[in-house]
Parts: sequence; structure tokens; C-alpha cells
Amino acid sequence: MTADAHAAHHHEDFYVEGGKGIWSWLTTLDHKRIGLMYLWSVLLFFFVGGMLALTIRLELMNPGKDFLTAKQYNEVFTLHGAIMIFLFLIPAIPAALGNFVLPLLLGAKDVAFPRLNLASYYIYVLGGIFMIYAIWMGRVDTGWTFYTPYSVKASSAVIPMVLGVFIIGFSSIFTGLNFIATIHKMRTPGMTWSKMPLFCWGMYATSLIQVLATPVLGITLVLLTMEKVWHIGLFDPERGGDPVLFQHFFWFYSHPAVYIMILPGMAVISEVIPTFSQKHIFGYKAIGFSSVAIAILGFLVWGHHMFVATQSQLASIIFSAITYLIGIPSAIKVFNWLATMYKGSVQLKTPMLYALSFIFLFTIGGLTGIFLACLAVDIHLTDTYFVVAHFHYVMMGGNAIGFLAGLHYWWPKMFGRMYNEKLAQIACALVFIGFNGTFLPQFVMGSRGMPRRYYDYLPEFHTMHMLSTMGSWVLALGFFLMAGYLLASLRVGAKAADNPWLGLTLEWQTASPPPLHNFEKQPIPKVGPYDYGYPVHEPKRVPGLGGKEIVHGTGD
Amino acid sequence: MLSHILLSPWAPFMPPAKSDFAGSLDTLYGFIWWTMAFFFVIIVFLLFYLPYKYRRGDKPTLTPRITHNLALELTWSGIPALLIIVIAFWGFNLFVKAYVPPGGDVTEINVTGKQWAWSFEHKDGTVIPGELHVPVGRPVKLVMSSTDVIHSFFIPDFRVKSDVVPGRYSSIWFTPKEVGDHQVFCTEYCGDSHSAMLATVHVVTEEQYKETLENGGLPKEAPPAQRGALIYQRAGCVTCHTVDGVRLVGPTFKGIFGRTEQLVGGGSLTVDENYIRESILQPQAKIVAGFEGQQMPSFQGVLNDRQIGWIIEYLKTLK
Amino acid sequence: MAQEINRLPVTHGAHHEEEHSPFLQHHFASMDQQFEAGKLGMWIFLVTEVLLFGGLFGGYALMFSYHPAAFHEGHHHLDVKLGAINTVILIFSSLTMALAVRAAQTSNKQALIKYLIITFACACGFLVVKYFEYSHKIHEGLLPGTYYHYIHQTTPSDPHIGTYFAFYFMMTGVHGLHVIAGMSAIAWVLWRSLKGHFDRNYHAPVEITGLYWHLVDLIWIYLFPLLYLVR
Ligand code: HEA
Ligand code: HEA
Ligand code: HEC
Ligand code: CUA
Ligand SMILES: [Cu+2]
Repeated sequence: MTADAHAAHHHEDFYVEGGKGIWSWLTTLDHKRIGLMYLWSVLLFFFVGGMLALTIRLELMNPGKDFLTAKQYNEVFTLHGAIMIFLFLIPAIPAALGNFVLPLLLGAKDVAFPRLNLASYYIYVLGGIFMIYAIWMGRVDTGWTFYTPYSVKASSAVIPMVLGVFIIGFSSIFTGLNFIATIHKMRTPGMTWSKMPLFCWGMYATSLIQVLATPVLGITLVLLTMEKVWHIGLFDPERGGDPVLFQHFFWFYSHPAVYIMILPGMAVISEVIPTFSQKHIFGYKAIGFSSVAIAILGFLVWGHHMFVATQSQLASIIFSAITYLIGIPSAIKVFNWLATMYKGSVQLKTPMLYALSFIFLFTIGGLTGIFLACLAVDIHLTDTYFVVAHFHYVMMGGNAIGFLAGLHYWWPKMFGRMYNEKLAQIACALVFIGFNGTFLPQFVMGSRGMPRRYYDYLPEFHTMHMLSTMGSWVLALGFFLMAGYLLASLRVGAKAADNPWLGLTLEWQTASPPPLHNFEKQPIPKVGPYDYGYPVHEPKRVPGLGGKEIVHGTGD
Repeated sequence: MLSHILLSPWAPFMPPAKSDFAGSLDTLYGFIWWTMAFFFVIIVFLLFYLPYKYRRGDKPTLTPRITHNLALELTWSGIPALLIIVIAFWGFNLFVKAYVPPGGDVTEINVTGKQWAWSFEHKDGTVIPGELHVPVGRPVKLVMSSTDVIHSFFIPDFRVKSDVVPGRYSSIWFTPKEVGDHQVFCTEYCGDSHSAMLATVHVVTEEQYKETLENGGLPKEAPPAQRGALIYQRAGCVTCHTVDGVRLVGPTFKGIFGRTEQLVGGGSLTVDENYIRESILQPQAKIVAGFEGQQMPSFQGVLNDRQIGWIIEYLKTLK
Repeated sequence: MAQEINRLPVTHGAHHEEEHSPFLQHHFASMDQQFEAGKLGMWIFLVTEVLLFGGLFGGYALMFSYHPAAFHEGHHHLDVKLGAINTVILIFSSLTMALAVRAAQTSNKQALIKYLIITFACACGFLVVKYFEYSHKIHEGLLPGTYYHYIHQTTPSDPHIGTYFAFYFMMTGVHGLHVIAGMSAIAWVLWRSLKGHFDRNYHAPVEITGLYWHLVDLIWIYLFPLLYLVR
């Protein structure tokens, strides 16, 4: 958290109302500071996870042993997957960005339970330390899925590892609980459900999943621990148990969890696109309800990870059918975003570039998900690099890019500084090119039959692996550039205006960064969050708002 | 290069289709591929066209207040919905076929997966590790099980795959179209040498198949040590034991015969025929010092006495 | 000036500075809002608790269906009498907790303190009984999983009886932790009642603690027949 302290030192106006010094940060109840602490932690874990990813890619550049042993390789991808999912992607948007902006968007002074909020942060840190320590020292190599019976036989450090995940689960539950209560009870007067920005709808759907699915993960891990310590014969076939049962428990959580990892990204995009098109969002209700639909359907499809795992054919058919259905609310979102730009006034600033990349990459990820949802085709593709490419396209290309869109969108609000736009666009291009360079070849080799979690491979896959590795370097270059200009902006960045992108949502109607209690007076939104489209400089009558006059802000 | 990857323009990037099922699966795969490509192209077109067409000048301009359009919403959820229904039924249909073998003359072969090798037991009791021989043109059914953790049996050229789970049987079937060799992968993560858990399918003629069974899958005239070397590769000894002195999971075989080993719990012995035999059949009986905690699976029931004899001959040659 | 232009004018809600309660947290506009939020939060939390136990119940049901004989044999080792006593204690404590909430709502400080103390005492009683049950089991070797070694063994047990005890200890153990958490909450509320914090205008913590405590009871009411009375 030194960076926080840094920032706090360098601008006298930076969150000083809440007190100065590191201690005031560590004990703060202010959602903005907690959000920022989450942000730095999440970025740190992303960095670690990314370095592990580069290690994977480097080892796979050539067939055979390069610099890792098989066991080490397996530990590396386990650590990579677990860190990226539990420590980076799940908290990235809700706990880091959401914590910061959700109360602002709602016109609230804070989240409903600030103390619980801080607690969730420390629980997260504790769980993270636990988990990394366990994997690192205990050399856990089960993959992030912990499948039994391998995990029952494997190193005993599986227990502390699982405990770490269990602890982090609570942090996730607390954030979700807090957000639901906040959205229900903390909206500023005048903000009805249908005037709520779509980001809040996305957070609401995400929180529902967090609250409803995470406890089941908790209990699965408890059962796994019982199996390992007491040998109760639940999952271990040697004692009459059923190893596939574990997969049911695990995916019952982890499939909904993948929607914890995409709805927030979609939520960010639904804010960025209208702002940079200066146009009313197309299909507000359709987008809002499709989030909730995805959240609900997401609970009914877990079996699609087990089509070839000897589950009954009837079950597979049902799971597959429901899986396809999720394509429809997703399609609705994609097309509504596109339609929002129609006749807009589109400005390609960095957040918008990331939003457009999101649509491109998520579409690839989602459409390849349909291949996997198709029973017969999944027989061939499951557990190959096709799946690896699919989930990187949705998780990294979808949600992580959505996170970057949000990061760049709200950066001026969070830190009161602008980053260098030119460098930011270059970095965005590098990330986009590098990402496709890394993962497109993986679709090709996956279709050809290259299995995942392979330390070594046949020479026929060499070219594709080589391309993929080189892509990962471009990707990494983009990220290093990004880290550079973002950190630099904290010291040398131009002062940000309160509303640099001409947004209409409430967070732009207060200072950058916002004062301790967010707004000087209780804000009451007079126009909806997306009521763009009125003359910019003159007052104008607004239909549907009681004929009151409003002035639209300008942006220089 | 490209022609190697793009064997079939209808089903891009798929490996050669070498069974009947593979052909029909590719038709479906291709249908999905091109349907998805269609949507992708539309979306990417709009993604570039709209921001370009409606780009902002110096100042934001007035934008019309277009909030929603029910007809459009129904169109872009309806069309995908229809296509999904087609894909879904097609997929269910093939899926059921993929796991239900046709009646009649089916060759059944038992497959055992263990960390980290496959072995194949034919109807006449011949067990051949690491190499699956099947007759061409007839349906083959594999009945599979595992002795330790979950594995998965995958033959890309036939587009078949199933997890192999301890404590239960799973099965796949295929009808190879022509004589040739095909790769088998283990595709469920199973530990250190998951990526070395490979095997080969040899599709052979009916006569060759008979002959192979008679010879236990080994070359007819080969000397015992050479046969042992093949078993060392195929039974998976290679995943844990090297012949060049490097230590993997187990001790190296370099210079093993006649070597003096320190055992866990004190004592030592000189490696001879009986000790090797015991190590293969009851690995836990005597454990070499320094390898506590590492487990070698027993090969009881996988390797018969003749095969063990060949291995011993082979180990003797490793100086 | 630039800043002024940048902002949308927003009208500001009139300040309903009702009588300002010292317990109103700064970020809430009114006591009502604070109370409603707290209550909603607790309800959501209860849902997650139900799901947590739901998973354990699911695992239990499954293992029961695999090894009914073992579970049947296992339950004979439990003392139904002690279980029943504990059930009565908890149901009674639920009643006193409800009375405590009622007392808070009617600003009856004396009664509030009295009922909270009784509830707390019941919880202690529950744990004492549990302690005797546990130590007895441990002493006799009625332990989970492979640790099972019944010392008065006459006829051989079902090989899966350890599974029954694994669930017994895990479920009652997790429930016990909830009892302890509930006790801490009750103690905290009690302390605040002694300081006279609660009256008809402000008693949210009592009510929310009450909600939690009822859940703890409710779970026991399912655990008791499942573990002690299986057929
Ligand atoms: C952010 C995370 C995320 C998201 C959003 C998704 C979204 C989807 N996923 Fe993915 N998935 C993962 C993360 C995610 N997935 C992970 C991590 C794994 C592997 C885990 C592991 O094993 O380690 C996985 C694995 C996985 C499998 C199992 C593969 C296997 O192991 O064999 C399947 C199978 O059905 C699947 C399907 C889908 C589908 C149908 C969607 C849908 O939601 C996609 C919907 C979107 C669209 C369809 C695009 C937009 C629509 C249009 C442009 C309109 C046109 C559309 C049609 C005509 C259909 N996924
Ligand atoms: C959020 C999820 C996420 C993300 C973002 C990534 C990112 C990447 N992943 Fe990962 N991956 C998983 C989740 C993720 N992965 C999961 C769940 C698995 C499965 C594990 C399993 O099988 O158990 C997996 C597996 C996996 C494999 C397969 C291993 C195997 O099966 O054998 C590969 C192989 O190429 C890979 C590569 C990469 C690469 C090159 C990136 C790159 O995109 C990474 C690029 C990132 C960086 C280079 C970091 C740079 C960061 C900074 C410099 C700091 C930034 C600071 C500021 C912006 C201020 N991943
Ligand atoms: C899963 C890994 C694994 C596989 C596969 C494996 N072994 Fe081993 N092997 C070990 C380990 C570990 C030891 C050392 C511990 C012990 O002595 O049991 C060992 C020990 C031995 C020894 C004694 C070595 C000595 O130096 O004394 C022999 C002989 C042997 N294995 C033969 C084989 C043969 C033949 C095969 C294949 C048919 C095989 N092993 C497959 C792991 C394996
Ligand atoms: Cu066997 Cu992977
Ligand atoms: Cu899924």
C-alpha cells in the first residue's frame, strides 16, 4: 500500500479529510479508500499471476524441458489459475472499482456497512496470503479445480490452500451482501430502480451470485477437507466414494462464479459506451434484465463442465440446453451496445477503445462457448487448448479488459489526475494485438487436439505454441507500458476536471477526487443517467421530466 | 503450413477425420463454425463502422434520443434462438450416437489407465501396454477404468473422448476407416507426467491384428532385451525412470543391475532378477532410500512373467 | 469556475434533521434507513448460512443413502435424552430472545436485560451439554472417519460408521461455532443494554441479533432429528 501513501503525500487534496498517514488508510471506513486499497492489491496479484503466465508461456515455447520440471510446471499453472481467479478477477471490478463508484453512482455517502467493507478487505488479504503460502510452500499441483481423487492423494497442503479459498469466499460474500443492501437502501431520493445506472444493475446481479453461490463452495471445501483428514469416503473411490460428485459440488459454485467474472465487465461497458457516444443507452431494460437473467440461468448449467465425465446422458442434454440459453441475454447485450453507438457522437478515448475491444474479444469468447456447449463437439474439444482459449477470451478479453476500461474511465475520478492519453492508446493497441496473438493460436491447436495442462507436447504443435508465446510478450509489453504511465500520472499527470468525459451519472457531479462524504449536499438526479442528447450549451426543456429546465455540462 | 492446419475448409483446424463418427462430427462442427463466423463478421463490421461513421468532431454534437426498439430486440434474440435450437438438437443426436455402439460384431477391448500409462487387454487375455491394436473397418468398443486417479482417453483423429474414472467403467467406440496410426492423449490432469501419458492406436488389417495378438504386440523376431526396451517405453516406466542417470520420480535405470541400494529403514541389497520382479509387482515391499513418499504403482495384472523377463534382460544391458 | 460549469446542477434535498440520534451513523439519512439496511443485511446473511448448512445436509443425505446401515448404527451411540434436552433449551432461548426484542421495543430496560441474560445462560447450558456429549464420544473412540475405534466394541461395526461420526462432528461443530458467535453478539447487546442504549426508537442491534439467534435454533431443530432420530 505504499503507492497509496505516496499518492497521499503528493497531493495535499488527496483524501486528506479522512486523516493522514498510513494508519488512517489501514483503519479507514471510507468506501473510496477501501476501494483503492483493493485496487492496489488486485493489481499486485494481477502482476504476480501475469508473471506466472509468462513463465508458463516461456516453458511451452519449445517442446520438452526448458527450465521447469513437470512438477514445477504443474504448480505454476495451479498458482496462476488460482491467483487470477480468486485474487484478481473476482474482486477486480466489484471490490476495487465497484467499491469506489457504486455509492457515488447511487448518490450515497457510503456503502451500507462500512465496517463490514473494511473487514472484507482484510479477510481478502488474509485469504490471499494463506493461499499463496500454501501453494508455494506446500507445492500444490492440483490445478485450480482441485479434482478428486487426485487432490485427496496429493500433497497435504491442499488443506491450507482450500482454507485460503474458503476465507476469500467470505470476503466475496461480504462484498455482495453489502452491495445488495446498499442498492436497496442507500439510493438517493429520486433515484428509482429504473433510473439506476446500469453499472448498479450489473453489480446487483453479481452480488446475488456471490451471496448465493459462494456458501456452496465453502461447504464443498469443508467436505473435501473432511475427506482428506478423516477419510469419510465421500469423494474417494477407494473408500466407496464418488469422485465425480466433487465435480458437481465444485462447478455448482464455479460456473456461477464465471458470471461473477463477466457481469461486472459488462456493467462497466454499459457505462462507458453511452458516455463516449454521448447518447442514450439503447435498451436500458433489456440490458438490465439480461444481467439478472444471466445470473439466474448461470445457476443451472454447471454440468456442462462434465459432459465426458461419465455423468448421465440425460443430465448432459439438459445442462447443454440451458447453457445455450445464456447466449440469448448475452446477444441482447452485445447488440444493444452496438446500437447505442448508432447516430451517436463517438469519441475514441482510451476507455472507449477498451470497451470496443471488450465487445470484440467477448464475442469471440462467447461464440466459442457455443462450440463447447454443443454436446457432440465438446467431446472433441473438452480439456484441450480450445477451452483454454475460450476462457481466456471471456475472462481476460472480457472481464479483465472491462476492468481496464473502468480503470481508465474512473482513474481521473479516483486520483484526480489524467494519464497520458497517447501512451494509453498505444498500450491498448499492444494489449489487443498481444492478446489475440497469444490466444488465437490456442484455438487452432485446441481444435487439432492439443490437451491442456501439458508440460510437454508433440512437435506438430510447436508453431502454434511459439506464436502464442511471442504474443504473450507483446501483451506483457502493453501492460508494462500501462503500469508506467498510470503510476507516472499520479505524480506528473494533469489535474483532472470533475467531469472529463461529460458523463451524466452522479459520480461526475462531484469533485475529482470526491470529498469525504462524496457530495457536498445530498444529490438529487434531475435527469436519468443516460439522458444525453440535448443541446450542450443552452438550457432546454426536457420532455418527461415535468418540463423543468436543466443545463447540460460542457467539457473543457 | 496453412494447408497442414486447414485440412478441410468446412471444418477449419480439425485433424484428419479417420472414423465414420469423425466425419459426421466435422459436419456439425463446420456448421457451428460458419454460423458463429457469420455473427462475428456482422458484429465486427458494426464495431468498426459505427464508431467511424458517427465519430465526434471537435465538440460533441446533439444526438437523437433513441431509447429502445422492441422489434429489433426480438430480432436479435429470435434469430440466434432459432439457430441454437438447430445446433442443440443436432448436438444431442450425435452425442448419443457417440457413446452407444452399433450392435453386431463389435471388438471389445479393456483399457486401464494408471499414473501414467495406458494398457490394453484384448479378448484373448493378451495385455499390451501403450499400444492399441485394432482391426480396420469394424466397430471397436473400449471399456475403460482407472486404478488410481481420473484420466481421460482421447483420440483426436476419431473425435472420441471419455474420462476414465476409478471405481467405475466408461466406454467409447469407433469404427476406423483405414489402416494407419493415431495418437492417444490423456486429457484429464493426473499429476506430474500427465503430458507423457500417451499411447498409439494402430489400425491394422484383420490378419495383422491376429498376428499381433499372438506376439503380444511385439516384433516377431526381436531379441528379449529389445522387447524389454519397448515395454519400458510403452508401460510407462519411462515416465519415472530414465536410462541416462537423471533422477525423475524413481531411481534411474542406468547401471541398475548389480547396483547396491540402500533401503529405507536400513539395510541394503544388490539388485538382481528377483528384486526387480518384486519391485514391479510389489513396489512398496522394499523402498529405496531417498524415495520415501514417492509411490510406484504395482504392475500386477498388467505385465506378465514373460514381459517382466524381457524387462530384466533390458535392464541388464543398461550400463 | 470551470468546475462549476462541469457539474450538472442537482437540487439538494431539504435537511430533515429530525431529532439526531447519537447512534445514527453518518452515512445514513435516518434511523429508519439505518435499521432497514441492517435488517436486510442480516436476512441476506441468513440466506448464506442456510445455503452453507444446505450443502452439509446435502452431503449427509447422500451418504445416508449410500450407507443407511452405518448411519442407523451410528445414531444408537448418541444419547437422545441429551439431544432432546438441548433442543428444549434452544427453543426456550428462542422464546426469551423474542421477549428480549419485545422488551426493547417497549423501552423496558429491566426486562430486556433479564431476558438477554436468560438467553445467554441457555446458550451456555447448551454448550455444557454438548461438551459432555463430545468428551464422552471422544473417550469411547466414537471418532470421525478412519479414527473410529469404539472401545466397547462387541459386534463388528459397519465399515462406514466413521462417516456418520464425521458428519456428526462436522455438523454439530459448525453449529456450535454459530452458537458461540451468537453468544458473542448477545453479550455485546447485553453490554449495550446495560449502558441504556436501547429504547423504542433505537433497538436495531437487539432485533438483528434476535434474527441470527433464531436461525441458530432453527438449524439445530433440523440437526436433532437428522442425527439423533434417524431411521
Ligand atoms: C468470464 C467467464 C466465462 C464466461 C462469461 C463464459 C461464458 C460461456 N461459457 Fe465458459 N468457461 C469459463 C469461463 C467463462 N465462460 C471457464 C473458466 C471455463 C473452464 C474452466 C476450467 O475447466 O478450468 C469455461 C468452460 C466452458 C465449458 C466447458 C468446456 C469443457 O471443459 O469442456 C463450456 C461448455 O458448455 C462453456 C460454455 C460457455 C457458454 C455457452 C458461455 C456463454 O455465456 C457465452 C454467451 C455469449 C455469446 C454467445 C456471445 C454473444 C452472442 C452473440 C454475438 C449472438 C449470436 C449467438 C448465437 C447464435 C448463439 N464454457
Ligand atoms: C483472470 C483470469 C486469467 C488471466 C487474466 C490469465 C492470463 C493469462 N494466462 Fe491464464 N489461466 C487462467 C486464468 C487467467 N489467465 C486459468 C483459470 C487457467 C487454468 C489453470 C488450470 O488449468 O488449473 C489458466 C491457464 C493458462 C494456460 C494453460 C496452462 C495449461 O493448461 O497447461 C496458459 C498457457 O498459455 C495461460 C496463459 C496466460 C497468459 C499468457 C495470460 C496473459 O494474459 C497474462 C498477461 C498479464 C501480464 C503480463 C501481467 C502484467 C501486469 C502488470 C505489469 C501490472 C499491471 C499494473 C497496472 C495496470 C498498474 N493461462
Ligand atoms: C509413478 C512412477 C513410476 C512408474 C510409472 C514406474 N516406477 Fe519404478 N519406481 C518408482 C519409484 C518412486 C521407485 C523408488 C521407490 C521404491 O523402491 O519403491 C521405483 C523403483 C523401481 C525399481 C527399483 C529401483 C532401484 O534402484 O532399486 C525398479 C526395478 C522399478 N521401479 C521398475 C519399474 C518398471 C519396470 C516400471 C514400468 C513397468 C516402473 N518401475 C514404473 C516409480 C515408478
Ligand atoms: Cu492420465 Cu492425465
Ligand atoms: Cu461453466
